[in-house]
Amino acid sequence: MENLNLILPEIFISLSIMFLLILGVFKKQGSKITFNLSLFAILITTIITINETFSVYRETLFNGSIVIDQMSSLMKIITLIGGFLVLIISSNYLKTFKIYNIEYPILILSSILGMMVMISSNDLIVFYMGLELQSLALYVLATYNRDQLKSSEAGLKYFVLSALSSGLLLYGCSLVYGFSGSTNFDIISNQLNSDEYVLTFGIVFILVGLAFKISAVPFHMWAPDVYEGSPTTVTLFFTIVPKIAALTVFIRFLYVPFLNLIDQWQMIIVFLSIASMIFGAVAAIGQTNIKRLIAYSSISHIGYTLAGLATASNEGIQSSIIYISIYVVMNLALFSCLLMLRRKDQYYEDIDDLSGLSKNHPLLSLCLLLILFSLAGIPPLAGFFAKFYVFKAVLEQSMYFLAIVGLLSTVVAAFYYLRIIKIIYFDKEKEKYDTDHSLWLKFSLTVSTILILLYFIFPSQLIEVVSRINII
Amino acid sequence: MNFPILSSLILLPIVGALFLFFTKDKEGNNLTAKYVALFTTVVNFLISIYLWIAFDQSTSNFQFIEDRIWIEGFINYKVGIDGISILFIILTTFITPLCVISVNNSVKNRLRDFLIAILIMESFMIGVFCALDLVVFYLFFEAGLIPMFLIIGIWGGTRRVYSAFKFFLYTLLGSVLMLVAIISIYWITGTTDVVKLYEIGIDVKYQNLLWLAFFSSFAVKTPMWPVHTWLPDAHVEAPTAGSVLLAAILLKMAGYGFIRFSLGLFPVASETFTPLIYVLSVIAIIFTSLIALMQEDMKKLIAYSSVAHMGFVTLGIFTLQQQGIEGSIIQMISHGLVSAALFLTVGVVYDRMHSRLISTYGGLVSVIPKYSILFMVFALASLGLPGTSGFIGEFLILMGAFKDNFLVAVIASLGVILGAAYMLWLYKRVVFGKLINEDLKKIVDLNRSEYFILSCLAAPILFYGFYPDPLINTIEVSVTDLINMHETNLASK
Repeated sequence: MENLNLILPEIFISLSIMFLLILGVFKKQGSKITFNLSLFAILITTIITINETFSVYRETLFNGSIVIDQMSSLMKIITLIGGFLVLIISSNYLKTFKIYNIEYPILILSSILGMMVMISSNDLIVFYMGLELQSLALYVLATYNRDQLKSSEAGLKYFVLSALSSGLLLYGCSLVYGFSGSTNFDIISNQLNSDEYVLTFGIVFILVGLAFKISAVPFHMWAPDVYEGSPTTVTLFFTIVPKIAALTVFIRFLYVPFLNLIDQWQMIIVFLSIASMIFGAVAAIGQTNIKRLIAYSSISHIGYTLAGLATASNEGIQSSIIYISIYVVMNLALFSCLLMLRRKDQYYEDIDDLSGLSKNHPLLSLCLLLILFSLAGIPPLAGFFAKFYVFKAVLEQSMYFLAIVGLLSTVVAAFYYLRIIKIIYFDKEKEKYDTDHSLWLKFSLTVSTILILLYFIFPSQLIEVVSRINII
Repeated sequence: MNFPILSSLILLPIVGALFLFFTKDKEGNNLTAKYVALFTTVVNFLISIYLWIAFDQSTSNFQFIEDRIWIEGFINYKVGIDGISILFIILTTFITPLCVISVNNSVKNRLRDFLIAILIMESFMIGVFCALDLVVFYLFFEAGLIPMFLIIGIWGGTRRVYSAFKFFLYTLLGSVLMLVAIISIYWITGTTDVVKLYEIGIDVKYQNLLWLAFFSSFAVKTPMWPVHTWLPDAHVEAPTAGSVLLAAILLKMAGYGFIRFSLGLFPVASETFTPLIYVLSVIAIIFTSLIALMQEDMKKLIAYSSVAHMGFVTLGIFTLQQQGIEGSIIQMISHGLVSAALFLTVGVVYDRMHSRLISTYGGLVSVIPKYSILFMVFALASLGLPGTSGFIGEFLILMGAFKDNFLVAVIASLGVILGAAYMLWLYKRVVFGKLINEDLKKIVDLNRSEYFILSCLAAPILFYGFYPDPLINTIEVSVTDLINMHETNLASK
């Protein structure tokens, strides 16, 4: 008998989804209670995850198709916390657009379920199932504000392109299956060796599909449009939560089934990383919409996480995970600020709307200042340490070119972050924004900004947690 | 020494800034904020004076060391000082209160925020001079960009945005390569602790590249020709207090870095690249002096003179002679005082006339005599007249240079003449001559706070000009030891 306790979080969250759906059918005007219950469900799931799996070193279930190890439990926890925070700061925004419905939390829960399956998957089929579950929920979320043309456009674009990438992924999976005779990652790992040329195609197809999911250049085209069109809270969800899951799967693919083929994929990852870092930095310069700008900035941040992956070392993987964790906090803070730019039920998302913000909203501007400098990677803020660990791992493998290109592109990236700071601090002020924000929004902004600012005092804790992850 | 005196030096301004942050921001003359900032900086100055008294001059070992684990198994938070760093710390704590007093006249809006920026800047600057771990040094070195960017950008002149961006991006671009070098050093030697690195040394085959990476950062910050172009812009646009901090202390970080890291860690590479430094320094001295001659804007002229003076400093450091390095350190201290004073003197007339153009002025001596006398002291100190601290530094540097390379020394000496030319010409055009501009007749002489600041600066300039022994005694053992270490390193490789 399998130890089902290990997948208790997944079981619990699927039961909650079903329960909430039924509740939604029977209870009219039930959006508030659905919201609260789903928050509660995520909280319980997090607690279960911590209790049941956090101390597990490595266990497999169902003939090895599900794996519970240090990485999967940590990434699940980050996913759940990310989802939780997105949900608690969403409500005001959704109410403004009159889309405060029961479906929203349920869709978020189902996509989180899909991601949790992805994170634990140790099998091509299980992985694909999780991927599709999360994607389908995300398509709907992107179009969630269906009265707005841009939102529908975003959803359609995301759907078409994502389906294409899933197709590529499946094709790659079938090639890999053809060569190894199994869908299980561990068996594939033993069967594969680098003699086969056609196998390279399989790897490339899989990597392309995954690169699409994390929007690495040159498979990033969907990101700016989708990020711009989707409702802001959904954009926030897009920029943090699916990336964590996709990154985990990326790590899993590279270091379990393809471990023996490092020569084949290392160059690809280095290329993806360099291209994302440079393109993300350069393309963001000309943007006028904050959400588009965040899309490009997230592309370049993904470039840095990939740089950690390209090292083919445990330190590299750990540094990537540290990077993505700090990135989640920074993005959450940034979006909390963005959600505060509201004036009489209208949300503002152009960079020019920030003009002179520091005159009327000194505290909000100070938070933005810290967040933006942190995103630019200026010490002593958290963003610097994220980059620092990645480059430490990269340089350990003597990949000087990657490190130097990466650091130089931070200088380019610094330019557009500085531009926003310039607009906030140096330009003429505009009308005041509303200040009656929900408590949760203030809470998430305060906590994440404090984390960013004071991370340097206790940097060891995060490293300690992450250093238990040993994939190779 | 159990009490963490260096950490308290670093932290105290931040505590003051936090306190300010929670006070109410009033429009106009915010006395509370000013007193809080003044109190903090003066206390910090007194602590640093105590540090100087308690400092043991007879040893070159690092003193007041604090060593704490910061990132497990990787970086220690390690600070400590030797004879070289203590002078820079005192310079920092001495200049900052003067900056705080000087905001009276120059900063009109958001005074509280300005003072917060200055205080935070102070703690980062002290941190740079105390750090004994490469990563800690880098953190402080880079973190200083944030407050300085805001100081230039928010309170600066008309082209402030351009200047702030240029300052930030130039310096960042220089520094990222240093970060690569620091991490590489960690992987080569297994530590980033400077004291340990002095002992174990770095393999010769890596030294050249690492040296260049550090050089790229320090050269921008110094600034050396041809990457000096951010400096005139930043200086001209920054508010007076910002220019003072920039010229007096920020530029010294690079000179300090050259001595502490380039010489200390990469002796072989330093020897190899001496010709490069010589050429760049000599170009800086001659070329920027000539540019300074042509300036119409007083602040720009002083900014270019800073580049020329820092040219002397780099020249002196890489003579690798006792006199040269001592001269460089004294020149840096002296330049810190003199350039701060010069920017403040320009600030004084700028606050009254709102013009930095030399042509606006002329004949000031007949209307504001006190000002003219103090200005004269600073101008003469800047050109290195015997009896001022500027002379001691330049003289020692040239002496070191003559020992090492005759030609370079001769050309650099020519730079001294050019320095005299632009400074005296500036003084003549501003202070002497006929009083043509009618508005100038109504100009008032120094008020009490300005008089106080400028006298505070004039006193050490003259004192150390006649009696430099306290400075030289403090640095002597450390410099001798540095040179000895350098020679043994060279001999062993």
